[in-house]
Amino acid sequence: MEPERPDQGEHKETKQLAVGETASSSLVERVRDSGLALKERAVEEAKTYKDPQNTQLWKSIFRVSHDRSDPRNRSLAILSNVFLHLHPAKINRDAVRYPFTWGMGGITFYLFIVLTFTGVLLMFYYHPTKADAFKDILYLEHDVPFGKLLRNMHRWAAHLMVITTWLHMFRVVLTGSYKKPREFNWGVGVVLLVLTLLLSFTGYLLPDDQLGFWAVTVGTNMARATPMLGSEGPFGVQLGMTPFNDVRFGLLGGSIVDSNALLRSYIWHCIGIPLVASIFMAVHFWRIRKDGGISGPAPVMLESEMKAVKKK
Amino acid sequence: MAKRRFNFSKRKLIVLAVLGAVVVLVVLQVEDWHQLWKISSAPDNVPIVAMLFLVPFFTWMGIRQSLANDRLIRELEQDPKLAKTHHRKAEPWRPGWARELHVWPYLVRIEFLVAVIVTVILFVWSITLNAPLEEPANPNLTMNPSKAPWYFLGLQEMLVYFDPWIAGVVMPSLIMVGLMVFPYVDSNPLGNGYYTLRQRRFAVGMFAVGFLQWILLIVIGTFIRGPGWIWFWPGQTWDHNAVVFDKNIDLHDLIATSWIGKTLHLGFLQSNLGKWIFGALVVGGFYIVGALFFHWLMTVDFKRISLRPLRLFPRDPFEQKLLERTSILQYVTFQFFAISVLLAMPVKLILRLALTIKYVWVTPWFNI
Repeated sequence: MEPERPDQGEHKETKQLAVGETASSSLVERVRDSGLALKERAVEEAKTYKDPQNTQLWKSIFRVSHDRSDPRNRSLAILSNVFLHLHPAKINRDAVRYPFTWGMGGITFYLFIVLTFTGVLLMFYYHPTKADAFKDILYLEHDVPFGKLLRNMHRWAAHLMVITTWLHMFRVVLTGSYKKPREFNWGVGVVLLVLTLLLSFTGYLLPDDQLGFWAVTVGTNMARATPMLGSEGPFGVQLGMTPFNDVRFGLLGGSIVDSNALLRSYIWHCIGIPLVASIFMAVHFWRIRKDGGISGPAPVMLESEMKAVKKK
Repeated sequence: MAKRRFNFSKRKLIVLAVLGAVVVLVVLQVEDWHQLWKISSAPDNVPIVAMLFLVPFFTWMGIRQSLANDRLIRELEQDPKLAKTHHRKAEPWRPGWARELHVWPYLVRIEFLVAVIVTVILFVWSITLNAPLEEPANPNLTMNPSKAPWYFLGLQEMLVYFDPWIAGVVMPSLIMVGLMVFPYVDSNPLGNGYYTLRQRRFAVGMFAVGFLQWILLIVIGTFIRGPGWIWFWPGQTWDHNAVVFDKNIDLHDLIATSWIGKTLHLGFLQSNLGKWIFGALVVGGFYIVGALFFHWLMTVDFKRISLRPLRLFPRDPFEQKLLERTSILQYVTFQFFAISVLLAMPVKLILRLALTIKYVWVTPWFNI
């Protein structure tokens, strides 16, 4: 588009020249005048850019004025933003006090985002094959810029996420937040806890080192003992279970922890479980809102106010 | 509320002195600081070391708020007039204050701040401590001890007390399902959305016991289990050549071969049918005793228990009222999970570690 502007200007000037044939001013003066007029216009226009919130570009992205004095705008700031609209526009004034929620649920979600981000970056440098996996980790640690930091952060964020999930549950129990009408959401939360542990566990094997290999060997050996579905579990043999068709075989894609197990845990770790977890998270967050937001701090109820159970 | 400072009662001093003595004893029995440091500073064990501080801290934070609410509840119960006008929160409130805040910016800014702090913590942690990387996987060279990641060490430790199908499959499933049914068996309508111990003594207690058991098993798995999964006290040097003579015996054998068994001619307990029936009776008896124990725990008024005059079963009227609200299905479900997980776990732990009993119920298909 660059050459268009001078071209247009030239066009204008020739037009003006043609019209102003009878005028007394010279060609040079006319060019200068129109140049000055253009400059003035540009300056005028630039002044409006001092307030970027008034530009068409800004307004097309942020549909709400961020004028803080208008309470309606504060609500709209939340309601009209796809990321923030998880929140209600207003909340219980005591709910923002840190000692009530400990912020553990939010931190868990934030860690999930951090893990997704660092995890995607790690995937660029990793092949889930017996020949490459361990070498890729060495490469990541010694040659990739910030590779070591990336791997460390992914590992520690994962450990931290397990801790914050447990503390979140602990807080929910202490405040009785699982009670009516939030019983179902607590169940969804328990599923998310299991998925968090499984995510962490499937990631453990991926460096393909002694630590991961033996941890996964110990872990999947337990699957061998599943009642009825494992070759060494109660009633397993009677139902025709062998090490080559039982539930452990299905988990590992073989009877030992080898290349198939590496590939399986890679796919579960990077695609399968995150997908399922995302769906459960969506339900979890949605239900928090639908069940009336976070539970408190609610006004205390007294024993004397306990209603009698309805008799049917 | 007046600030209380340096107001140590005698009881508190005694508790502190006992705690101090325990710490001194623990420190004195450490022979090998290097071994202890090696375990605690292993990068993958850092989270469990962190939990040793985080769990007590947040427990304290919860209890503090519970006590504040409990004081308020007691005050309002005694003064019905005040109960009608009070805003019913331990948090301060003045007439004229809005009951609600705008999320933008009052919540969003906190979330942003927390995200920044967590990010900074992660960066510092990741720069100062490297993720572990051992030698390449080698199926021919068994790691000893080969431990699961710390959050699964509870399950691995359970393998000592139960057969793999119970420790690895049944127990985790029971824990998961037990957690899920928790809200449905808790029939107490009070304590919804605020911290309280007074109104939810039993529910909070049960969860806390479960959570503590889980943490305890992890701590045993992390700090105590050494090569060959042998018990080494914290600070004891790991001996890779240590061998422990397996002196665990089954309960029916223990009884049949003891002098009681011999004098009462209980030899039939060692026959196939005998041990099957005996084990079933023991497990059945355990469930009955367990149910009575939990029922007692649920309804007893601890303050009115006394030995002279002997009074072991005083009923707490409030807990009694809660029990009346509980349906039979809720009650039975709770009892099942409480006995099978919360009680069976520590009982089997004591049987195995202190009384060296292997199984209580031996059948041709499974052993418990």
